[in-house]
Amino acid sequence: MNQVNDRSRDIGEFVPRPDDDMVICRCEEVTKGEIRKAVHEGMWTVTEVRRYLRTGMGLCQGQTCGKLVKGIIASELGIPQSELEPATSRVPMRPIEMKVFAKEAKEADGNG
Amino acid sequence: MADTAEVIVIGGGIIGSAISYFLAKEGVKVLCLEGSDYIGNGGSSRNGGGVRQSGRDPRELPLVMYGIKNYWPHLSEDLEVDCEYHQDGNLRLGKTEKHRKILEGLTDRARKVGLDVTMIDGDEVRRINPYLSDEVTCASWCPTDGHANPLTTTLGFYKTARKYGARFITGERVVELKKEKGKLRKVVCASGDVYEGETIVLAAGYDSRAIAATVGIDLPMEKIMLEALVTEAQPPMFNQMLGTAEADFYGHQTKHGSFVFGGSSGLEGFTKDNGTPICCSLTAPCICRGIMKYFPNLSDAKIVRTWAGWMDFSADGVPMLGMVPEVPGLVLACGFSGHGFGIAPGAASQIAQLILTGKTDVDLTALRYDRFKAKI
Repeated sequence: MNQVNDRSRDIGEFVPRPDDDMVICRCEEVTKGEIRKAVHEGMWTVTEVRRYLRTGMGLCQGQTCGKLVKGIIASELGIPQSELEPATSRVPMRPIEMKVFAKEAKEADGNG
Repeated sequence: MADTAEVIVIGGGIIGSAISYFLAKEGVKVLCLEGSDYIGNGGSSRNGGGVRQSGRDPRELPLVMYGIKNYWPHLSEDLEVDCEYHQDGNLRLGKTEKHRKILEGLTDRARKVGLDVTMIDGDEVRRINPYLSDEVTCASWCPTDGHANPLTTTLGFYKTARKYGARFITGERVVELKKEKGKLRKVVCASGDVYEGETIVLAAGYDSRAIAATVGIDLPMEKIMLEALVTEAQPPMFNQMLGTAEADFYGHQTKHGSFVFGGSSGLEGFTKDNGTPICCSLTAPCICRGIMKYFPNLSDAKIVRTWAGWMDFSADGVPMLGMVPEVPGLVLACGFSGHGFGIAPGAASQIAQLILTGKTDVDLTALRYDRFKAKI
């Protein structure tokens, strides 16, 4: 994307809401209020919120909450969702045991 | 729009964010420019979280010791985030005679600089960490080393710097520096925006090289990719930071319960990356094989995610820090060579002190950018 984004732009104060305790990321138990608050603490991208609160870092890797988190951040910033990046997908697609993953490629000959 | 600041920091990773934090806290008007769309997008968010003194080059060791003494113990309070700092020691493990020699060399050098680090045998290693396999025959043990969470720590520096009034702009990629009357003054961005500052700090990782070249300074470094992986949460096992003599992997168990391990395949620099730090299919399995030889218990742990990132590796493996006499107004803080996380509070506080007072508590002479000489 590389969009110039002045992080000092005024987005208003954090205002508590009745649904703030709703759990959005179920794997890591992160609530809507925590996500909204993180935006006011400067986390203005899906990536930063993920690194700050662990949204989408659990077993489902954000496959459930990714879109919801993005929507909450966009609405808090007052921008369309299309201005935010999609959550990053990372290998492996499903959690995989170390002993299985370890067989993925041949190891060096001898004892390395 | 007033696009001037007393200090412009180029690079919004942990080094740039921490320098901005220390300066803004003292009331300096700081502007931090980050080229990517995200704060802490390079090694800052992709490293193994070591806050380690043992195994370091004696030239950079005093800086990390300074940070561990003065900042790390209360960093969570200062940054208003949970940095998850643990000071429960570092084990650097060995299995062979060759490993023992490597570890003894590192230990001797560190002790000369005043670090409390000792060699221990396999049984002592397993008394400290009972999960290690019998293959481990020796280790260096540094009880004052530890680990922390790179994600929250990096974003914590950003968040509090911002609170103290530092201005951050992301997606603002710097392409050129310009002097005015012999002194550095202007910062030109790819967007066409131009900013002016009295002091300009270059903390842009590998990208620092191309930026410094626009004022005739060459910073000898290259990009090297490192990869890491994380497991699902496991029951609490141990709190030490771990590494190996051969550096085949390193890592720790996080507060969350997951294990974060970094490592390499040995083919870095020769794999196809298409210009982005993307995982190579060979590396994570190789890291897994390395880990399982030391920790047989972890072979059933599931890997949930892998990632990769660039290191800005300097020609001699330690950073370039301090002022540049040929370019008055330029201050360097780059080339951290994959050791930039643990050293960040110490290094950034000293760069801020240098800008504020012209002096530092820790001597930075050995880390001057013009130290590189031909071998003969």
